[in-house]
Amino acid sequence: MDKTQNNKAWFLVLPVLALVAFSAVIPLMTVVNYSLQDTFGNNEFFWAGLEWFEDVLDSDRIKDALGRQILFTGIILAIEVPLGIFVALNMPKKGFWASFCLVLMALPLLIPFNVVGTIWQIFGRVDIGLLGHTLAAMGVDYNYTNDVFDAWATVIIMDVWHWTSLVALLSYAGLQSIPEAYYQAAKIDQAGRLAVFRYIELPKMQGVLLIAILLRFMDSFMIYTEPFVVTGGGPGNATTFLSIDLVKQAIGQFDLGPAAAFSLIYFLVILLISWVFYTVMTNLDKRDGV
Amino acid sequence: MAQITLSKLAHSYFPNPKSESEFALKEMDHVWDDGGAYALLGSSGCGKTTLLNIISGLVRPSHGRVLFGATDMTDAPTAERNIAQVFQFPVVYDTMTVRDNLAFPLRNRGKDAAYVKARVDHIAAMIGMEARLNHKARGLTADAKQKISLGRGMVREDVNAILFDEPLTVIDPHMKWELRTQLKQLHREFRHTMIYVTHDQTEALTFADKVVVMYDGRVVQMGTPQDLFDTPAHTFVGYFIGSPGMNLFDADIAGSHAALLGVQVALGAAYGPIKGRTQIGIRPEFVTLTAGQGVPVRILRVEDVGRHRIIRAEAGGKPLNIIAPEGQPIGTDLTHAAFAPDRISVYADDWRVTPATATRKVA
Repeated sequence: MDKTQNNKAWFLVLPVLALVAFSAVIPLMTVVNYSLQDTFGNNEFFWAGLEWFEDVLDSDRIKDALGRQILFTGIILAIEVPLGIFVALNMPKKGFWASFCLVLMALPLLIPFNVVGTIWQIFGRVDIGLLGHTLAAMGVDYNYTNDVFDAWATVIIMDVWHWTSLVALLSYAGLQSIPEAYYQAAKIDQAGRLAVFRYIELPKMQGVLLIAILLRFMDSFMIYTEPFVVTGGGPGNATTFLSIDLVKQAIGQFDLGPAAAFSLIYFLVILLISWVFYTVMTNLDKRDGV
Repeated sequence: MAQITLSKLAHSYFPNPKSESEFALKEMDHVWDDGGAYALLGSSGCGKTTLLNIISGLVRPSHGRVLFGATDMTDAPTAERNIAQVFQFPVVYDTMTVRDNLAFPLRNRGKDAAYVKARVDHIAAMIGMEARLNHKARGLTADAKQKISLGRGMVREDVNAILFDEPLTVIDPHMKWELRTQLKQLHREFRHTMIYVTHDQTEALTFADKVVVMYDGRVVQMGTPQDLFDTPAHTFVGYFIGSPGMNLFDADIAGSHAALLGVQVALGAAYGPIKGRTQIGIRPEFVTLTAGQGVPVRILRVEDVGRHRIIRAEAGGKPLNIIAPEGQPIGTDLTHAAFAPDRISVYADDWRVTPATATRKVA
């Protein structure tokens, strides 16, 4: 068959190319550009090679921030995922109260991040905040600006308050998709509540839970606004997570080179961990499968 | 094992049912004998599944009692009733292997491992899954999954009854035949009470000793396949059982004759005065074409189905089916149809009327 060769069709790809270039490639390349150079102002740049990357990998400050970040993400995942599943299991299945619960659960998700931060910043204040003042009145020594534990507790509870709904709503959607016959069969087979959860509900929720865990991992690993508004990264550097540290370097100290190198490593770490999560979880059920 | 009695049982999904139409199941009194094989037959939405779920305890009846033997089980949870039930669509535990799926009901009852293994191997052989016992249930085809569901239903030996809710819908025809035969064999072997819901009459008639026909939330007849064929208690049974179903005509009944399309049709028995809408019903097997005797008919078409021919005709604007045995001629001179008098049933408002005199005899 005679095929007409016409490569003009490639031009049709141009708009997408332009879009991707402006949305991803060019900004990323700017960062790559900064990460390899040094500047002393006046828009003059000098080649620095991999020096900044070496600095970042050696930096105790960044290692500490990474440690805090991993601890924070670990804690909130360990709380939000089981709690979200628990809430979803106990939500009404249909009727007015089901809709009511859904709206109630969705509310925290609709609040802008800095507003969430502000709410908790004020809520926890010892002088005027409902929580802080009440605790103080009850004789509890609570002050998130001075005490490391209190600061961590506040930031974690805030995140749990803000994001458990997401896990709960996704789990709820997973639970709703289980046909009634499964529960009936479980009753016939005399399966206990735990067995129903282990063999029916959990396997059916697996897909949505994977999404929930991935989303919560990525979001919490990049968290910035809420802890920044509440604690500003303090007391000291106690709640300075990776993003907060990055912004301090890039905008506070205007160390563009190290900040750029930091950004790239940060990006790769998230990408790597997400990939590991995804691969592990999708392969989990394939063990001794068909 | 026990006899299952439904006493004044009725069920409505409305909290305060006002009219009879709000009842999914109308009041009924029925006894299911211990060890019987029953087929529950009826069109979709007639309450078959509701009735099963009430027996297994998945649904609590809004009215009446359910008795196992002499024990009132109306409020007993499913677990206490010791009943197996197989659903229309396959329910398997995805993350378990086929073996664990089959063993699940036994393990939940704390049976010892050696017994569980023996039972599972036995059932696996029965459903033809021995080779795949160690495979994950996820990823099996729909009919393999349904076989596992069936196997889980049959794995317990001590059940009071096994309920099947249209279990072979998703199974291919050849396997359907085989599984049905195995169910029948299982029944002969263990004498479990089995109730088999279906809307396929062939399935019902081959499986069951007794067929229960439901219509609009009511059990309209419970009897042997022969009873259903000879003396349908309700026009629905006449129409639903048989292929094609019973022919029904509005007719005026007076004594031992019915006036139908201006013709006096002899009945096999005499009837007293009947109230309501009266109909006569005659099965296509007992209608013969004649040259002038009986009611006038117009033949629309003849279908040859092999063993016999089905004549699709019309009498007074109503369809009339006739089954003509092999070798019987069909010609243009045959313009009338005669009904075998002792095969005619009389219905008043859809329910069969028993004759006033006992002259009727059924061969």
